[in-house]
Amino acid sequence: MTGVPPLADLLAGADRVYRDYSLQTVADWKARTGGLAIGYMPIYVPRELLYAQGVLPVGLMGGRDDLEIIKGDAYYQSYICHIPRSTIELGLNGSLDGLDGMLFPAICDVIRNLSGMWSMLFPEKYVRYLDVPQNFEPQVGGAFYLRELLEISRDLETRGARPLVAENLREVIGAYNENRRLVRGLYELRCRQPWKVPTHELYVLLRASLVMPVEESSVMLAKYTSLAEADETRQPLDQARVAVTGSFCEQPPIGLIRTLERAGCYIVDDDFVQIHRYIEHDIPLDGDPMNNLVTAYLRDGVASPTRYIGDGVKGEALLRRVKASGAEGVLFCAPSFCDPALLDQPMLVNAVERAGVSWTAFKYSENGGQFQVIREQAGTFADSIKLWSGK
Amino acid sequence: MSAREKPAAATEAIKDASQRRQKEMIARHFDRLAAVSQTGERCAYTFVPGNLTELLLSFDLLPVLPEINSLQSAMRGKSADYISIAEKLGHSEDVCTYVKSDIGMLKSGNIGPTGQRLPNPDILLLSYTGCFTFMKWFELLREEYHCPVVMLHVPYQADGHITDSMRQYVVEQLRTQVIPELERVSGRRYDEDRLRECLTLSALAENDLVWVLQSAKQIPSPIDAYFGAVYYVGPIFSSFRGTDGAVAYYRELRAEIEERIRLGQGPVTPDGDVHNERFRIVVEGPPNWTSFRQFWKMFSDLGAVSVASTYTKVGGVYDMGFRHDPSRPLETLADYCLGCYTNLNLPTRIELLTRYLDEYRADGFLINSIKSCKSFSAGQLHILREVENRSGKPGGFIESDLVDPRYFSAANIKNRLESYFQMLGQRRSGGAA
Repeated sequence: MTGVPPLADLLAGADRVYRDYSLQTVADWKARTGGLAIGYMPIYVPRELLYAQGVLPVGLMGGRDDLEIIKGDAYYQSYICHIPRSTIELGLNGSLDGLDGMLFPAICDVIRNLSGMWSMLFPEKYVRYLDVPQNFEPQVGGAFYLRELLEISRDLETRGARPLVAENLREVIGAYNENRRLVRGLYELRCRQPWKVPTHELYVLLRASLVMPVEESSVMLAKYTSLAEADETRQPLDQARVAVTGSFCEQPPIGLIRTLERAGCYIVDDDFVQIHRYIEHDIPLDGDPMNNLVTAYLRDGVASPTRYIGDGVKGEALLRRVKASGAEGVLFCAPSFCDPALLDQPMLVNAVERAGVSWTAFKYSENGGQFQVIREQAGTFADSIKLWSGK
Repeated sequence: MSAREKPAAATEAIKDASQRRQKEMIARHFDRLAAVSQTGERCAYTFVPGNLTELLLSFDLLPVLPEINSLQSAMRGKSADYISIAEKLGHSEDVCTYVKSDIGMLKSGNIGPTGQRLPNPDILLLSYTGCFTFMKWFELLREEYHCPVVMLHVPYQADGHITDSMRQYVVEQLRTQVIPELERVSGRRYDEDRLRECLTLSALAENDLVWVLQSAKQIPSPIDAYFGAVYYVGPIFSSFRGTDGAVAYYRELRAEIEERIRLGQGPVTPDGDVHNERFRIVVEGPPNWTSFRQFWKMFSDLGAVSVASTYTKVGGVYDMGFRHDPSRPLETLADYCLGCYTNLNLPTRIELLTRYLDEYRADGFLINSIKSCKSFSAGQLHILREVENRSGKPGGFIESDLVDPRYFSAANIKNRLESYFQMLGQRRSGGAA
């Protein structure tokens, strides 16, 4: 026993994992299991497929303000977002040497082009651009996506992963369902009692979960849930309830999340580290598990800006989130030069304005360290909600 | 030189007969668009890369290309105001200026390049090829026009080749979604024979276009394959591929270039011919449109001729062998969409540039990095180093924007170009380290 309260101890452990650029948890897992580890960029990859073949999926979300970008900046002009720079930096400085490959899901042109750069910079590694379909018909987009996944599965097997077996996949889907339930549970708890689950804590747990096996993540999340819920020292404050949107790829600095909270906001919904909630419900365990994985993507994926909304109404999903979370306002919080978030934003703003929901907008960079202006903006926004919303 | 017009005034651009023909084709097209309320014709908005012009024409749908409208707005000096309107409406300063110029134009009455009002789209054909922004662009337009959208998702050539799975996916979308929606909007049945006829005409025009582009292998080059070729690709990248008009245009253009070769002439520029080809350059990236003529003059004044470019491949990399094939109409449309330049991965783009440098006996290459266009720009510094390493030829790097004049710094670009060409001159005279 360290004498440190268990909740603080758990958070300190998660924070160490989250801050560890060298991915020690991944190295430990590889040493223990002899399996492959494959990195992936935001926002969504079917982690279940990898893990079912004994491959550890490792979520990479760029860097923070403590990562000095030396080589990464030499690859990008000033008008490109920050996450590809830090990812290249981590690749070139050896932090990602323990990974056996990388998946680059279809997020935007920057990440797409990074996949080609990666294949040239690290020719010995497995590199795969995951072209998730924008056609959601099972016989068309679904069939294409299935072929993509089967090809990835074969590629992994060629590189030493175990063959894909339906029963293993089913079991792993079950493990990820459990993990998603725990994440949803924390989001629901934060909605009910945001003082119990500060977002800067939840965020660290979600980030740490990216680089550990799903079972360990579930143990950590379950333990946190019970400890946070039971912590009577956590009492409500008179804060405005806000939904944060636009931060699904390059992540905000944790200092920015803390700033929003200190400025008087309870973040009751967000799209940080979106992979944990990209599939909104449990994936069925009966039937063909590959088919279930494909169908989950087609039918149950969140309305991300990277996903074509065919017959849907832009902003409807955001308004549902606002309503479900009881948010009193929306913070559009996007990385600079992020095409998906910033091109989407005018449509979402129109939707929240039509619905009479208050909003404000600002941009960030993952390595930003100065938040005074945002603090004032968010503070004023929170004050305006508390003073003038009439609630 | 009887086919060429002399400028009436010093600032009026010199135009060849083929250019005049193209201008007339465009004028007729916009006349038809302006008259749809009387004629009952219908139109589809779509994009240049991966455009399905032959398919649209087979349904008698008139294509409208918002990218072309945006660049035309820039060349007419209107884009700054349009962008400003869009930014006031909440569009970020960080995103594509084609989109903002288009939105601003729409909000200003949707007056097209010929001064006539463009009709609202009867359908948005979202050919999602090689550019993420396309998807958002038409989501934005859908909110404005409240018209149907049909999406064609074209997979990225991430491993440098087209797979059967990709082709099958695109063909299935064409068969099950795009064609039924076009039937519904146009009120016409899908006519594969008519599509085949259009595709046959496409291939004829493509043959002549490739001949023209490859004429730049001559020394001196009879064409400028970047600035000049922007005009050459116009008909085939836009509304005319698959028409008799395009075939006639390219036949005439080819004859003009043949004549230039016979006479040993250099490229035509708006300010006259280039008489002294000093530098042969390959160019990567789109041009700046707000100062297009000034930008071109910076090259021609120094005797720099673009002998190959990648921008002129965004609507199809025909010089690598692709031709529309009427014997497999939907498959060939799929291959076309999959093969556009911005749908190629970085290694393929690097290989293509390196190949151009060799085949066109270029002295070096220039990257015009466009702030707006991340599809092109993200990775260009990597391209710069790789192409230099592979070819042994020096690369230059300048930055500007598509249609936002705020990002065209003439003095800065001119300074960089002069330094670059000076360096090339020194290398040639043995001054390289």
